[in-house]
Amino acid sequence: MRILNLAGRRLAASIPTLVLILIGVFLLLQFAPGDTVDAMMAQMGGGDAATARELRKFYGLDLSIPAQLGNYLWRLVRLDLGFSSIYGKPVASVILERLPPTILLMTASLSFAFFFGLVFGVIAARGVNRWPDTLISTLGLIFYATPSFWFGLMAIVVFSVYLQWLPPGGFEDIGAARTGIWRALDIASHLVLPTLTLGLIFLAIYLRIMRASMLEVLNLDYVRTARAKGLDETRVVTRHVLRNALLPMVTLIGLQAGTMLGGSVVVESVFSLPGLGRLAYESVVQRDLNTLLGIVFVSALLVITVNFIVDLIYARLDPRIMAEG
Amino acid sequence: MDAVKRYFRSPAAVAGLILLLIVIAMAVSAGWLYPRDPLALAGRPLVWPFSNPRFLLGTDNSGRDIAAQIFYGARISLLIGGVATAIAILIGILVGAFAGYYGGWVDNVLMRITEAFQTLPNFVLLLVLVAVFGSTLTTVTIAVGVVSWPAPARLTRAEFLSLRNREFVQAGRTLGMKNSQLIFGEILPNALPPVIVYASVVMAVAILLESALAFLRLSDPNVASWGNLIGLGRDVLRVQWYVSAIPGIAILVTVLAVSLVGQGLNDALNPRLKGR
Repeated sequence: MRILNLAGRRLAASIPTLVLILIGVFLLLQFAPGDTVDAMMAQMGGGDAATARELRKFYGLDLSIPAQLGNYLWRLVRLDLGFSSIYGKPVASVILERLPPTILLMTASLSFAFFFGLVFGVIAARGVNRWPDTLISTLGLIFYATPSFWFGLMAIVVFSVYLQWLPPGGFEDIGAARTGIWRALDIASHLVLPTLTLGLIFLAIYLRIMRASMLEVLNLDYVRTARAKGLDETRVVTRHVLRNALLPMVTLIGLQAGTMLGGSVVVESVFSLPGLGRLAYESVVQRDLNTLLGIVFVSALLVITVNFIVDLIYARLDPRIMAEG
Repeated sequence: MDAVKRYFRSPAAVAGLILLLIVIAMAVSAGWLYPRDPLALAGRPLVWPFSNPRFLLGTDNSGRDIAAQIFYGARISLLIGGVATAIAILIGILVGAFAGYYGGWVDNVLMRITEAFQTLPNFVLLLVLVAVFGSTLTTVTIAVGVVSWPAPARLTRAEFLSLRNREFVQAGRTLGMKNSQLIFGEILPNALPPVIVYASVVMAVAILLESALAFLRLSDPNVASWGNLIGLGRDVLRVQWYVSAIPGIAILVTVLAVSLVGQGLNDALNPRLKGR
């Protein structure tokens, strides 16, 4: 219960941040050339100035900017994100449709990066400055420097064009109309390459942090005690070191949540996944500013949610936080 | 001097420096080796690398020399990476210094803003900025800088927090020095080294951000940028994959060089932390 209380307080503290982001981006978008009505008029194939005036009045765009901002925030409270003139639907439903692929992709990439980062970090730390460490650290540096979109393209060339093992893009095979387990497997096969592509840079970061934090913890007194009482190395690592060494990794998930969401914009474009990131890209290209603002709101919300979950995990891993909080 | 010696004792740091020097040499010699406009038509489209001595790295979809674009691309990447990093570090130092030095409500307000920037995914913010201000070389560079400052700001703030009550600062205060003198003359020089080392991380990320933006065709289309070329090559990926592959390797090498140099500097300046 105290965990929830603590994390809940952190969550409440992020509400001003959210409001700040929305106000900032809203004001920023006022500088954008053209508004929703311009986009709609273009869609309709042009129209006279009177129609434009009418439409601006209908959407409340003739009001002063503070009044518009007030209106927008008030609508947000009621979870109304406005209307997307490009998609002809409320922004909220456009975003909701695009959310599942992104969440699936982020979860998969995070699990992949976290698991292998942990394993490789432990292997590297166990053989510090010997060849496994050198190999893993070098690979980590190279992965860190690899542009994700380029890795994705090369993966498509190798695995989809030459080997033809995996589909080159899309979320599922629409023509096949599969159901149940077959559909899940189909989606999974479509997500293998995007997951690797998005997760690669995070794998590099996690293994580096894991290695450093393992080295730090391995030098602590209580580890010496554990060794002195005759535990074998595997037990020392799994039972005593790992739990403490994991803390920086968990912190990192929260810090990197935003970066990962940003990365999915690029990865979803490479693999033409119909996700939130691709929607962000499309709304920039099509000047659908209402949708763009909605995406800003939802992605900030996602990052805050991830941080809330991280707080819960953190408190579970490290009871000292509870004692202090 | 010790730091320099320590730097050159690390093979990885030396390798990074050599790679970085090669990239810089490419950027400098571009105009001299390839006097013609790199975006002008040069020959038949889609010539494979090493098949025609006139185009060592082949030509792209519209018959432009890939090697020339790689050389000129080095200029763009270093320029955008360098200037954006300078902007990010400058904003970061100012925000972090004021927040850390004054504390109280100044700290509260500045850190709230920093948090807002960190909560919003930086690539999404970059898209918003490009949507609003357009995608010329200048706006893209400034935009990349503007989304990259929160981490250096936090770092500077942490340094200031640990330094602001040291004896030399108190001595300065007793001498009647002004706040601005204390911040920029006394504390900042001591807080700077870790921030400068961190600049390499900012630069690596800045180069990657710009190339991703260019790949999505949201960066300046009128300059020879590696990201642009990868985006172009995507249309012929199935057969002529080299159009995308070659500039990607250039980005990889540059980012790797910048990271290695940064890590080498870090190890040389903080010898106790070496091996971590």
